[in-house]
Amino acid sequence: MTYLAKPKLHHPNLPLNKLGFTRRYYEGAISTLCAGCGHDSISAAIIQACFELDLPPHRIAKLSGIGCSSKTPTYFLGNSHGFNTVHGRMPSVLTGANLANRELIYLGVSGDGDSASIGLGQFAHVMRRGVNMTYIVENNGVYGLTKGQFSATSDRGSKSKRGAVNTDEAIDLVGLAMQLGATYIARSFSGDKQQLVPLIQGAILHQGAAFIDVISPCVAFNNHEGSTKSYDYVREHNEAVNFLDVIKFRDEITTEYAPGTLQEVEQHDGSVLRLRKLQDGYDPTDRIAAMNHLLESRAKHEISTGLLFVDGDPTDLHAAANTVDIPLNLLDDKALNPGSAALAKLNASLR
Amino acid sequence: MSKLAITAVNDFVIKFANVNGSGSASANTLFAKSILRMGVPVSPRNIFPSNIQGLPTWYEVRVTEDGYLARRGGCDFMVAMNPQTWDKDVAEIETGGYLFYDSTRQMPQSKFRADINVIGIPLTEIVNAAYTDPRQRQLFKNIIYVGALSALLDVEVAVLEELIAEQYKGKEKLLPPNIAALHMGRDYALQHLDCNIGLKVKRADKVGDRIFVEGNSAAALGAVYGGATVAAWYPITPSSSLAEAFAKHCKKYRTTDDGKARYAIVQAEDELASIGMVIGAAWNGARSFTATSGPGISLMQEFLGLAYFAEIPSVIFDVQRAGPSTGMPTRTQQSDVLSCAYASHGDTKHVLLFPEDPHECFAFGAEAFDLADRLQTPIFVMLDLDIGMNERLCKPFEWDEARRMDRGKVMTAEALEAGKDFGRYLDVDGDGIPYRTYPGTHPTKGSYFTRGTSRDRYARYTEEGDAYVDNMQRLLRKFETAKEIVPKPVITKAAHATRFGVIYYGSTSPAMHEALDLLNDGGLHLDALRVRAFPFADEVLDFIAAHDDLFVVEQNRDAQLRTLIISEGAIDPAVLTPVLHYDGTPITARFIANEISQKLKALHVAPLHAVLSKRVSRENK
Repeated sequence: MTYLAKPKLHHPNLPLNKLGFTRRYYEGAISTLCAGCGHDSISAAIIQACFELDLPPHRIAKLSGIGCSSKTPTYFLGNSHGFNTVHGRMPSVLTGANLANRELIYLGVSGDGDSASIGLGQFAHVMRRGVNMTYIVENNGVYGLTKGQFSATSDRGSKSKRGAVNTDEAIDLVGLAMQLGATYIARSFSGDKQQLVPLIQGAILHQGAAFIDVISPCVAFNNHEGSTKSYDYVREHNEAVNFLDVIKFRDEITTEYAPGTLQEVEQHDGSVLRLRKLQDGYDPTDRIAAMNHLLESRAKHEISTGLLFVDGDPTDLHAAANTVDIPLNLLDDKALNPGSAALAKLNASLR
Repeated sequence: MSKLAITAVNDFVIKFANVNGSGSASANTLFAKSILRMGVPVSPRNIFPSNIQGLPTWYEVRVTEDGYLARRGGCDFMVAMNPQTWDKDVAEIETGGYLFYDSTRQMPQSKFRADINVIGIPLTEIVNAAYTDPRQRQLFKNIIYVGALSALLDVEVAVLEELIAEQYKGKEKLLPPNIAALHMGRDYALQHLDCNIGLKVKRADKVGDRIFVEGNSAAALGAVYGGATVAAWYPITPSSSLAEAFAKHCKKYRTTDDGKARYAIVQAEDELASIGMVIGAAWNGARSFTATSGPGISLMQEFLGLAYFAEIPSVIFDVQRAGPSTGMPTRTQQSDVLSCAYASHGDTKHVLLFPEDPHECFAFGAEAFDLADRLQTPIFVMLDLDIGMNERLCKPFEWDEARRMDRGKVMTAEALEAGKDFGRYLDVDGDGIPYRTYPGTHPTKGSYFTRGTSRDRYARYTEEGDAYVDNMQRLLRKFETAKEIVPKPVITKAAHATRFGVIYYGSTSPAMHEALDLLNDGGLHLDALRVRAFPFADEVLDFIAAHDDLFVVEQNRDAQLRTLIISEGAIDPAVLTPVLHYDGTPITARFIANEISQKLKALHVAPLHAVLSKRVSRENK
């Protein structure tokens, strides 16, 4: 970590976005994570994604659980409300928050211990309810704050820094999200910002349950020989299925692409996910094919990254609950209270 | 009739012994309501197993012109419809009481008692002759016995017909066969039985404008009137019907013309997720609640500490049952007092409300949301199975049309814009309650980070001891403020000045009032105080100080409220004698009066009238 405070001054020519904010406006407090931590790169990617999407920070709510990853919301979007909840239970708090006000953007940040171990139940249920959110797991396969124990996403056979070999099967959160009905599912690598930033942008614009599993090496406890979540290992085994460009509003395609190599998915808000295919025949709109691909690549010890699945026409929890368009937290007495006349009538029916 | 026949008008207990799932519940309710409609108060109780079909279930109706709504104990008239429990049911009848049974099959003489009156009616024979469909035989059998009871007890048949008509409003096709079954039973009884028995219902005018409703439904309605928009819950007896009633009330009162919902209800995956959702919604400015019972409270502990420390308004309806562990899930107790008052790890204290009946379930149900917002903390509404799942006669619901939600200290965008200093944990007014902002309020001001770790007054993370202590002290100040705004206790003075007092709360209320009458009749006078909330208002401690010896009546083993009073009020344990009932059945006046008079005897207290008469006789000498 660094003990140097960030200077408040910045270069006068820093670019502004459409809201007139610089990128700096999307930053948070100084990170207290270890130097070189993958999580800091993810924070930087979130900052860039929000800046480029011209999002008003106060309209974003960032929620997290407990752990190194869950500390990171302090380090980005300092002008957003944040909620550091309890271990493994961020999904329920996010669900409640989302029900209260459907107009904010919900960003859930969690880790592999938080989501795959203690919080596996809540992870599963938030996905199957289709809560409109961006759920990022900063996945390093290890418990950092408690100094290096295996987490539930550690691969079987992976070696800890102290030399212990993990004998338990790894939980693949992407596979679970596929099965449980998430409508935007991606995997990326903290060391590949070019890939990660548009994936985050696509997730934020997606009006349903969006999940991104970001492999994020732990430099202190899981970046050694024998780890399957180290920088070197992930670089060697990373197989991107596509490259995403997020276009807020459809524009002309100016670059020439070979036929069959470009796929576009239009989302509800008019934004377009423009995908450059990197693997032949990979269709991210086909859930079953995507699940098959995941199993096959896993058997080959490959790490599939990119936009793995997207439903261009998602539905969410508010649609299921058939709630009014106005946020529930704005409803006043008139909208909520049946009044004394209705009560008198009810009293009469109870005699 | 035997010479021993009990005779009573509008004052007896009738008990229906049925098999769970046999459709008896609606017939039994019909019977209870018909007496109410005749202007005679009744107090029914379901005594049911943790089972859907097959196990025994009882419905006990106390007919009480005097308006004593507690369980009386004992049974004067047994409707024995369950062969499984025959022996126990017959044994329970008071000497001179009545046994009403299905006489289709001959029973050996040994199965009866000489000191009771037996009324046999061949119910199975009657239904088999009248119906061919087995389900119809089962269901109409229940209505037929209600018809026969109407003849025996003088329940007005027109009242029963009116109630059946109301029940089948909109399903008129079902009305004639039910009316026919009612008369089938009534006519049989009038023709074949000696209906001149000692127990009678006589029209009176003792019900007034009171309503008859379950506490769970009333509490849910309170949540509607209190402005709750988000509910998250996990099914658990005896609280499930509270969440389900909220859904029903919302559908009726909170649906827009185009069919949209002004509410959201989630049946969560467990109690942890339920309280998590409640906290998330409340943090984001919606009024939200969960309904649960003891095991759910146990599961919510970690989150409740977060809500206390991060100061998130939230409402928890705890419909208590008998614990620990799964305990007796369908039996009543007041045994979550301590686990709610001090829920979670670390130093915590929570606000508890103790409603006595459905009227207060509604009132406190609504009030809880104002208290939660004003105090920015979890509020527990402590029901129990006895008031939650039984229909109880109570004062009608009241609502002041001018009343508005009190959202407490919420800083608006305008205030922030005007440059008001915002510190999420800053005690601006000295009452320990800081201002909060809802997420998304202002583009550049008022955002903060909510966390369960310690922080300074401006919500900045810190592990400095001074800042931590400063915050913990403020939370105590806030709890002092709570004392002033929670419902005050209710004091009932004895007819004569006395140095004895009794403290009670929640569903014990009707039994306590009846017990005070019994004790008073026996010349024992006690002032009574009903605790309605924790933290305890000053009146509670003043009451204790004003009496030499006090009893604390509770429905748990460990005298939990007494412990709370002793520790929070720094009271000498010697002055508080526990009176404890915890077998899972609702407490009775007989039990309380007996316990208190025994204990007073041990204190060498003679009834006042005995003392007076002795004095009079001395003076006359």
